Amino acid sequence: MNKIDMLEEKAKEIRIQTIKSVGGLGVGHIGGALSLCEVIAVLYFDVMKITASDAGKADRDRFVLSKGHGGPALYAALALKGFLKMEDLATLNQPGTHLPSHCDRLLTNGIDMSTGSLGQGFSVAMGMAVGAKMDKMDLYIYTIIGDGESQEGQIWEAAMLAGSRRLDNVIAFTDYNKMQLDGYVEEVNGLEPLELKWQSFGWHTQTVDGHDVKAILHAIDKAQKYKGKPSMIILDTIKGKGAFFSENRVASHNMSISEEDWKKAVDLLERGEVKCS
Amino acid sequence: MQLEDRWLRETYVDLLMESARQDERICIVEADLMKAAGTGRFAEQFPERTVNVGVAEANMIGVAAGLSNMGKIPFTHTFTPFSTRRVCDQVTLSVAYAGLNVKIMGSDPGVTAELNGGTHMSMEDVAIMRNIPGMIIFEPTDSAQLKKAFPQILEHYGPFYIRLLRRNAVRIFDDHCEFTLGKGIVLKEGADVTIVASGIMTAEALEAGEVLMAEGIRAEVINIHTVKPLDRSLIISSARKTRAVVTAENGSILNGLGSAVAECLGENCPTIMKRVGVQDCFGQVGLTEDLKKAYGLTAKNIITAAKAVISQK
Repeated sequence: MNKIDMLEEKAKEIRIQTIKSVGGLGVGHIGGALSLCEVIAVLYFDVMKITASDAGKADRDRFVLSKGHGGPALYAALALKGFLKMEDLATLNQPGTHLPSHCDRLLTNGIDMSTGSLGQGFSVAMGMAVGAKMDKMDLYIYTIIGDGESQEGQIWEAAMLAGSRRLDNVIAFTDYNKMQLDGYVEEVNGLEPLELKWQSFGWHTQTVDGHDVKAILHAIDKAQKYKGKPSMIILDTIKGKGAFFSENRVASHNMSISEEDWKKAVDLLERGEVKCS
Repeated sequence: MQLEDRWLRETYVDLLMESARQDERICIVEADLMKAAGTGRFAEQFPERTVNVGVAEANMIGVAAGLSNMGKIPFTHTFTPFSTRRVCDQVTLSVAYAGLNVKIMGSDPGVTAELNGGTHMSMEDVAIMRNIPGMIIFEPTDSAQLKKAFPQILEHYGPFYIRLLRRNAVRIFDDHCEFTLGKGIVLKEGADVTIVASGIMTAEALEAGEVLMAEGIRAEVINIHTVKPLDRSLIISSARKTRAVVTAENGSILNGLGSAVAECLGENCPTIMKRVGVQDCFGQVGLTEDLKKAYGLTAKNIITAAKAVISQK
């Protein structure tokens, strides 16, 4: 299997496991998790220097899911990668679980930063990049923010610092699915022109199809080669992608899911009736 | 009692620099108040370990959390209100909830913000930090105590708030003083009333103790440098002995030192008490000595409170 096919397969597995774990619970942040499956597959199954057998390795790449509510998609990747047991995924948000709604570095093996209060993870990621530079460590800090999250002031405080300090060991992504809890982003508090905003803050910017693993891989490669600026890759995505009950629906931010619906969605993906990447 | 020759911030920066020479993990994260903190000489010697984020306090805490996440020991600084209420969520989640090790220095506590006035005068900083699980709250009384405390501050892993007077402190301790984080210090023994004081109120409490002594009232004066965790056993044993307690703090009486003592005594040894401190109101511009009088933060106020609790025994 070539690399692109392998990554598409991984994205599909992440999507299926995400639907199973949130669906099994019956409610959750499915929309903003399903829009992340391709980028997480690319990061965890090709780009990032990490190993489950040495999860705390000092010179590993780091990942901060600043939009912490996307946790279920990340947990699926961590399980497929061997950081967690596959059966752990069914414990999402159950009493005593180590897989809470929002990412928690103290509870979950492989999670680099606790996130959930929007805007903060991105700021912490910039601090991690500063720390890596202090020690002249050859590693990247990868981070994903949401589009709704981009309305937080702390995002722009951190963006300004990263541009000013030329943190070229940062590769960030915006999951630009154009929807947030209360409606369409442009109607609630518009971000456009988003790419220009990042450029004006001193970032190297690209916009790619966030469900095209080849395009994401290519963008990361370009970002790594660009020196002297942090990189923002805006992922043009679809909220709730890949499940008929959630795809492109504002309500998918945090929704109830029936057993019949999630099982049907998983079946469609497994049989290849629904293709995402 | 005499004022020290040097500002307390100079001792703080000395200690930071001495420690930084021996431990390369130590770094500072500032928010455009390096001149106020006096950390310019740290930046000169350790430019690569100095991060000035500009006027962006939320990002200051986030960046510090990130540095800790990479194994550093960051010390942040801005004035007390901006080190606490402005960044309450960042300190709570990015630092404490995430289990990271950030030392948060807040300068100019309470009325010592002086001419910066009400906007810069945090009466509630201790109250905010007390509610964050795992937070240590330490207010050094003078330079000798700060020196003794510093190795323990470094040794402790976890969120840590240093409430630091920038200017000259009243000299209370000598260079050989004992210090243990979380252990209060009995400065004067007595059997009639307990006075529990922190920060600049420690000198006022000692002065009150002298005046009361002249009137035949034996006050026990305790310095609580660590408001959290509170030295409960010392407070309880002294209250059992004196059966009357006064607290004195440079900040709001709501959920600060006085409240911590009241909670401790209410649960373990109900004792008549009064809290000397700012009575649920905002600050204003003024010089420290004038503001102490305006907000009832003087030895005289402590004496009045002590006599009141004694009369209610």
